[in-house]
Amino acid sequence: MDFIHQTPTSERFTKISVLGVGGAGCNAVTHLAREPLAGVTLAVLNTDAAALARLSIEPRIVLGKQATRGLSAGGDPERGRAAAEEDASSIQALCDGADIVFVVAGLGGGTGTGAAPVAARIARESRALVFGIALMPFEFEGARRQRQAALGLQELKAVADGVIWLPNQKLLKLVDDKTPIVEALDHMNSYVARTIVAIWGLLTRPGIVQVDFAALRAVTQGRHAESSIAIAEASGDDRAREAAEKLVAHPMLEGGALLTEANQVLVSILAGPAFSMGEVHHLMERINRVCDGAHITVGAAVDARLGDQLTVTLIASRGGADSSAAALLAADAASEGLNPFRPAKTKPDQAETPRLRKQTARLRQTQLPLDIISRGRFEKSEPTIHHGQDLDVPTYIRRGVALN
Amino acid sequence: MFDNSPVIVGLEIGTSKVCAVVGEQNASSGLNIIGLGQSRSRGVRKGEIADASVVAEDIRNAIVEAEQMADVEIRSVFLGVTGGHIRGFTNRGVHPVVSADREICEEDVEDVVKNAKAVNLPAENYVLHAIRQNFLVDGQDGIIDPVGMLGARVEVDVHVIHGKFNRLQNPVRVVKGLQVEVDAIVFNGLASSLALLSPEQKEMGALVIDMGGGTTEYVVYSGGNVKHTGVLAVGGDHISNDLAYGLKIPLSKAEDLKIKHGAACFEDTDKTKSVSTESQLGAPGKTINLEHLRKIMSLRIEEIFELIEQELVGAGLLDYLRAGVFICGGGARIPGIQNVAERYFQLPTSIGKANSISGLKSALDQPEFATAIGLVKFGSMQQKKRTRQGFITQAFKETFGGLLRRS
Repeated sequence: MDFIHQTPTSERFTKISVLGVGGAGCNAVTHLAREPLAGVTLAVLNTDAAALARLSIEPRIVLGKQATRGLSAGGDPERGRAAAEEDASSIQALCDGADIVFVVAGLGGGTGTGAAPVAARIARESRALVFGIALMPFEFEGARRQRQAALGLQELKAVADGVIWLPNQKLLKLVDDKTPIVEALDHMNSYVARTIVAIWGLLTRPGIVQVDFAALRAVTQGRHAESSIAIAEASGDDRAREAAEKLVAHPMLEGGALLTEANQVLVSILAGPAFSMGEVHHLMERINRVCDGAHITVGAAVDARLGDQLTVTLIASRGGADSSAAALLAADAASEGLNPFRPAKTKPDQAETPRLRKQTARLRQTQLPLDIISRGRFEKSEPTIHHGQDLDVPTYIRRGVALN
Repeated sequence: MFDNSPVIVGLEIGTSKVCAVVGEQNASSGLNIIGLGQSRSRGVRKGEIADASVVAEDIRNAIVEAEQMADVEIRSVFLGVTGGHIRGFTNRGVHPVVSADREICEEDVEDVVKNAKAVNLPAENYVLHAIRQNFLVDGQDGIIDPVGMLGARVEVDVHVIHGKFNRLQNPVRVVKGLQVEVDAIVFNGLASSLALLSPEQKEMGALVIDMGGGTTEYVVYSGGNVKHTGVLAVGGDHISNDLAYGLKIPLSKAEDLKIKHGAACFEDTDKTKSVSTESQLGAPGKTINLEHLRKIMSLRIEEIFELIEQELVGAGLLDYLRAGVFICGGGARIPGIQNVAERYFQLPTSIGKANSISGLKSALDQPEFATAIGLVKFGSMQQKKRTRQGFITQAFKETFGGLLRRS
């Protein structure tokens, strides 16, 4: 870490923490650990101590040693939430000093659904920008888990600066039906890892046309928006056209259907030194033709290590009436100086205001504040309903007479 | 088989008490109360039986006590019934007079009454009473007996009191289970009004409110006829429940406080006063502001009156009650209830006392026994009718047949 202090602030690495929450989140992060990324620290959090012990990543945090005794949240998001709240201080320590925190979680279960929003909130409280990557359950996991996942996603969106969701069902289409399950899951996890790498690359790599966090946020922010990410690679002479066709037919974009409905699109092109302007033009023309009427942001970067390979990362969002408003907000925030490439703690008071506002907008499923009025000794008898009033309930309560 | 003894027994299975009153038709054809038995009721909620075995025990105790006091054997009773399901309404029957000379005969009267009774009720409902009111001949109102008059058309109003058959049968079955016959079932409100009102008061128009433990019955008389009846399944139990809930005290304490310190209205001086409950069996004593206690009570009582008042305004009867309001039942014991009723109905209000009956002073003076005494009176009226008809078997058929055949 001395390294950071020695380099000038403008050139230092953006410090990124990736927190894998719950079983699926941990697996994705484990995958990510295979090739180390500069300036990225990884951590895994789970309520299941046994599953965590099998992983090779440090730090490992067992959530809710008291709430769950290290025996997993059992599919109950409330327990996952309680466990995360219990270990809030250790999560805080992980986020400390980070500029951007990725929270990777598989939603639908207990730990991912319950703890991920808490982790995101804590990260946000420690003044980091928070980006959620949510893995949605397979369709065969049933309606209950889907519903639970949808609720978790809402919560995560309310606290995070942006959320990308990766439905497992769509990821499944990336692999062949006959692929053995271990391989298939491995493949899917690697896609998640690549997603993280791609976003990391997007944000940290110095580009010809730079994409910053504000732009990413503008695409992924809308409360009701559905953001998906697709990555396509191609090489050879015809690489631009090939990559464009791959993207348009990408299973993560529902074979292009999502692109036509998208109202926010972010495209990041990464290629070797031979990258030409014509390729950008060709690629963007193809994408523009599909996503008619969407707000498109383009980033481009050159990486000598890629040779003749071209990688396109496309993030598209659809739905969410507030996404255009969110874009405006993001632009405002950007002008206010929310660029992650400045040291996060130099202007704390400017960063403070928009964050506080978001925090109050945090969603939570609560009980309606209806008073349950006891009918006392008449609890079990037939109610005396007279003109719509239950006369068994004390008169003074029905009339709202205060006794003091 | 049929016992035509002059002993008439009224049995009321109330929410707070079960009470049996023994009356005797004395030589001068006056009615004399000779026995009274009562026991605390434990198995009744809102006027209807909730625990039949407990109720049977309570009835037995009350009857045994009444038997000892009157020194008679009780074989049959007039049973009072109530409950939120009981409703009253007035129906008009029309009959054209077809005879050549346009003279109204007995058959015409029978037919018109039959027409008026033919009300369209759901199958599970049972008509408790069909009370004949005045006749109209060719639109001329107020005719008491049209037989022998000339006219083209006879009409009659019948006040029908009906309830759910199965729910009315429950108390009958419990009583029969004790080897006691049921002469007739009578709506409690009607019985109370019979005990309370003199013929003159019925003529002038009166409202009888019987505020019991679980239900409040009301009956309106005008021009000598029953004009309106109704039941609110709200009573003294509700007041205790409100107190228990509002003052956060056990129900038994609430009951106790209601009797000792309750009132239907509160004064400014109550604000500074407080009452305390004694601690017992682990429940600590509590000091309670008298104003709170009385406020909760008064709100409930006022609401009951308000609901009745709304009902009467809807029926357009409030202006016909020149004799005033009569309150009976345990609720009549609440201090100040007279003033509250006077304020609500703008009519002179009195605590009802059984009249034109002699006998046990202790029973007659108390508003709680109005219903049971009224049942005895109902019984004596029935018996008079029977002896007048002279056909005991037919009378038997009338009383039981209706009950058993439910039509």
